[in-house]
Amino acid sequence: MTVTMTGQDFSPGADAEAHSLGTIRVLVAKLGLDGHDRGAKIVARILRDAGMEVVYTGLYKSPGEVVNAAIQEDVDVIGVSLLSGSHVPLFRELGRCLREQKAEHIFVVAGGVIPEQDYAALLESGVDAIVPQEARADLIVTTIRNLITARGRI
Amino acid sequence: MTAFTHARPVRRAAYVPSVDLVRDVLAGSILAIARMISRAEAGYAEASEALAQIYRHSGKAHIVGITGVPGAGKSTLVSALIKVFASDGSKVGVIAVDPSSPFSGGAILGDRVRMNDAAESCQAFVRSMATRGHLGGLARSTLQAVDILDAAGYSPIIIETVGVGQDEVEVVTAAHTIVVLSAPGLGDDIQAIKAGILEIADIHAVSKCDKPEAAATISALKGMMALGTVKVASGWNTPVLAVSSVSGERISDLKNAIGRHWQHLRESGELADRQRGICKTRILGTARHLFQQKFNDEAGEVEKHIQAVMNRNMDHSVAARLLLGWNNEVPAT
Repeated sequence: MTVTMTGQDFSPGADAEAHSLGTIRVLVAKLGLDGHDRGAKIVARILRDAGMEVVYTGLYKSPGEVVNAAIQEDVDVIGVSLLSGSHVPLFRELGRCLREQKAEHIFVVAGGVIPEQDYAALLESGVDAIVPQEARADLIVTTIRNLITARGRI
Repeated sequence: MTAFTHARPVRRAAYVPSVDLVRDVLAGSILAIARMISRAEAGYAEASEALAQIYRHSGKAHIVGITGVPGAGKSTLVSALIKVFASDGSKVGVIAVDPSSPFSGGAILGDRVRMNDAAESCQAFVRSMATRGHLGGLARSTLQAVDILDAAGYSPIIIETVGVGQDEVEVVTAAHTIVVLSAPGLGDDIQAIKAGILEIADIHAVSKCDKPEAAATISALKGMMALGTVKVASGWNTPVLAVSSVSGERISDLKNAIGRHWQHLRESGELADRQRGICKTRILGTARHLFQQKFNDEAGEVEKHIQAVMNRNMDHSVAARLLLGWNNEVPAT
């Protein structure tokens, strides 16, 4: 697939520093009416094998519930897998809940089936990174590590 | 291929010093409580003053340990217990421990899948914690997390251990009331009289009591209790309760038994003994951990002794003493 880069290309060089930031915690979430969590579970396993602590929410969660869980678990990242097509309104609501709860320090990474024409709308609503569905495992890991390295320890 | 991100740098959040979080923790701020637990887990030296301040405000909560084999239904039971405790107006706190990978250090913390709905509807605080290499069924900082929830006004605080085998009984020196959850169909009456996990129970619960095999498990446990002679002196008779978290059957009986045990501990004076035991274990455990941290062999001194041990000129015990600088001491046997 050839894509036009609209954003920043992370180099893998930043990886090593992420370890000094302690253990990375990720909430893997399924939003709304979307019962397919094979992908979410595979991503959880990939992140586990990369040394991260992964909390899984289970299916059919509302954005508000996901944000409350993310705050209690003090995760660095919410990773959302969405295949239902309703990503634009759901991510908009997720972003709103994060702002409302003063939890904007938590990054949002989107994955699943998300058409390129919606990327701009998602970034606008508070998504920090979108990992295309055909991405290799290491891209997911690198994306998360780079976000946290750039943010620093909190 | 690359991920799509913003062209401008990601937003940054400042590091708030831990002592500045203490007031918010005591006031019950969820963000502050959650962050303080992370600092305790990470073991930042910067957080130790804040944790010491928080400790002074703790000591009020009833700490309940739930333990049992993997798949016994601990998380589902905790979820059901959150609901019955919250219906009385209790602010329930939960620390759910799951194992870290010995290879990558990562972990899948899956207990929340069962508890999310209860946490959301009952405003309980549920925190998943990885063992990060600590053995015994808990994480090293589990009790610091309990202190934080305790100081923030949560009670009861439920500690769910990792799925244990027969010998991981650390929870006994961490909680006031121990519930051992057994699943039906996992063993006969010989399993029930073995030493270890079944001995530590203040309350036995048998999960999935809607299943026909549950009756045999209950009678095996009751049989074991009838043979026991040790615990009777305390005046507490360990009940054996059958529960079903799915149907909600007898969950309130379990809640009442937990409450009765708490009352028994306070009235009999046994609470002071248990608290003494918890403090002793925490001091010794922390001392061991600090010693281990101090002795991390950064200089690689161990390399000097490997060949001698390989050649059988020296055994590993003598080499270890040399490494520690104890070479002048007579080895204890």
